[in-house]
Amino acid sequence: MLARRVIPCLDVANGRVVKGTKFLNLTDEGDPAELAERYAHEGADEIVFLDITAAHEHRGTMLEVVRRTASRAFVPLTVGGGVRSVDEMRDVLRAGADKVSFNTAAVATPELLTACAERFGSQAVVCAIDARRLAREDDAKQRWEVVTHGGRRTTDLDAIEWAIRAVELGAGELLVTSMDRDGTRSGFDTELLSAIATRVRVPVIASGGAAGPDDFVTAVRDGKADAVLAASIFHRRMHSIADVKAAMAAAGLPVRRIEESVA
Amino acid sequence: MSGAVKIAVVDYGAANMVSITKALAAVGAEVVVAAEPAALAGMDAIVVPGVGAAASAMTHLRERGLVEPLRDWARAGRPILGICLGYQIFFDTSEEGDAETLGLLPGRTVGLVDAPTLPHIGWNTVEAVRPHPLFERIADGTHFYFVHSFAPAPADESDIVARTTHGRSFVSAAAKGSLYGLQFHPEKSSGAGLQVLANFVGLVAAVGVA
Repeated sequence: MLARRVIPCLDVANGRVVKGTKFLNLTDEGDPAELAERYAHEGADEIVFLDITAAHEHRGTMLEVVRRTASRAFVPLTVGGGVRSVDEMRDVLRAGADKVSFNTAAVATPELLTACAERFGSQAVVCAIDARRLAREDDAKQRWEVVTHGGRRTTDLDAIEWAIRAVELGAGELLVTSMDRDGTRSGFDTELLSAIATRVRVPVIASGGAAGPDDFVTAVRDGKADAVLAASIFHRRMHSIADVKAAMAAAGLPVRRIEESVA
Repeated sequence: MSGAVKIAVVDYGAANMVSITKALAAVGAEVVVAAEPAALAGMDAIVVPGVGAAASAMTHLRERGLVEPLRDWARAGRPILGICLGYQIFFDTSEEGDAETLGLLPGRTVGLVDAPTLPHIGWNTVEAVRPHPLFERIADGTHFYFVHSFAPAPADESDIVARTTHGRSFVSAAAKGSLYGLQFHPEKSSGAGLQVLANFVGLVAAVGVA
């Protein structure tokens, strides 16, 4: 049976893992390849690197990070941030990534999803959707809008409609982040997740709001997510990946247990 | 045996070559990336990796003059391992793009049936149909990493080694003599995956190193 995945996400800037609040007060947290390998040993089902390097001239640094990580952490690797063309995606995949995640670039140029899926297969194309709740009008259905640039810019896209369209365009997976919950540790927006997961056939990765192992359970059970991504709760060692998987297993969800992953 | 097992990993434009070459090196093999037939000389085994579409994979292999050398290699009974798309193209044909593939095993690659999610992405359990040395020291039902929408349907039942369920069950591992095929990615399946690759390298060494 297909296991529900637990995915730690690492923010990478100029070749180092960084931690900060809203892109401010960034602190150096170590070497990405080393941390990725540690997470892989602890049972991470996949690793996501989010490249938050602002300047384009540092792209080569990220490729080197990917190359070093793929050489020692033998789990799937997704890279998000900064990829804007088929050729840039090819470079990231050739460096050792398995998937590339598109966010702002996909909103700006939706056909990029199609071009990349045609070239590399839809399984390598992840569409990241940052969504924010809209005030609900009387008797109307809850709606969410797509935001970009880390939530600083709004779009006129409805998040559910954009999710459906992104899959039609070629995305093989959706990474759905609730900008209302991100960084708040108040739990995932399961209403948003299930609204998307029940309308698309591709896997949905839940993101934004994890506080503890129980949130991973509700993201899957109520949010219908196939995978759950989190950053700070793992980095700050508040909870281990094993803790999260134990809670998921106790709730009857299929997970890959840590003992299997150790050779 | 004298020296390390020498393995050629076929590069036909399949995206991620780093993981498979490093994983094979991690289990003790000497790895060469082969983008042309001449690079197969002196090798003990071939690994055909890959993700993507069968039709374009065949086009790339043909352009590089690798189709007949791969067929000759397998027909001579020399060790060859196909991973994901590399495994699918071992069969006669693929429904994906209606492609004619290598024809090393009888059967056709078809779309997953009744899959709750597509592509099938993630860690799924591999259930043994018969014991096989490729899965030595691997507990039955261990999770491996999959990422695909198609899988081969072998025409010959005796080629089937293991099955996996996503919607309807499909054949996740097949073997015939020294030819082995895996639908999952051992190079992305952590410790269990490295064990499978170590088993493959061990089988190659047992056949005899060039």
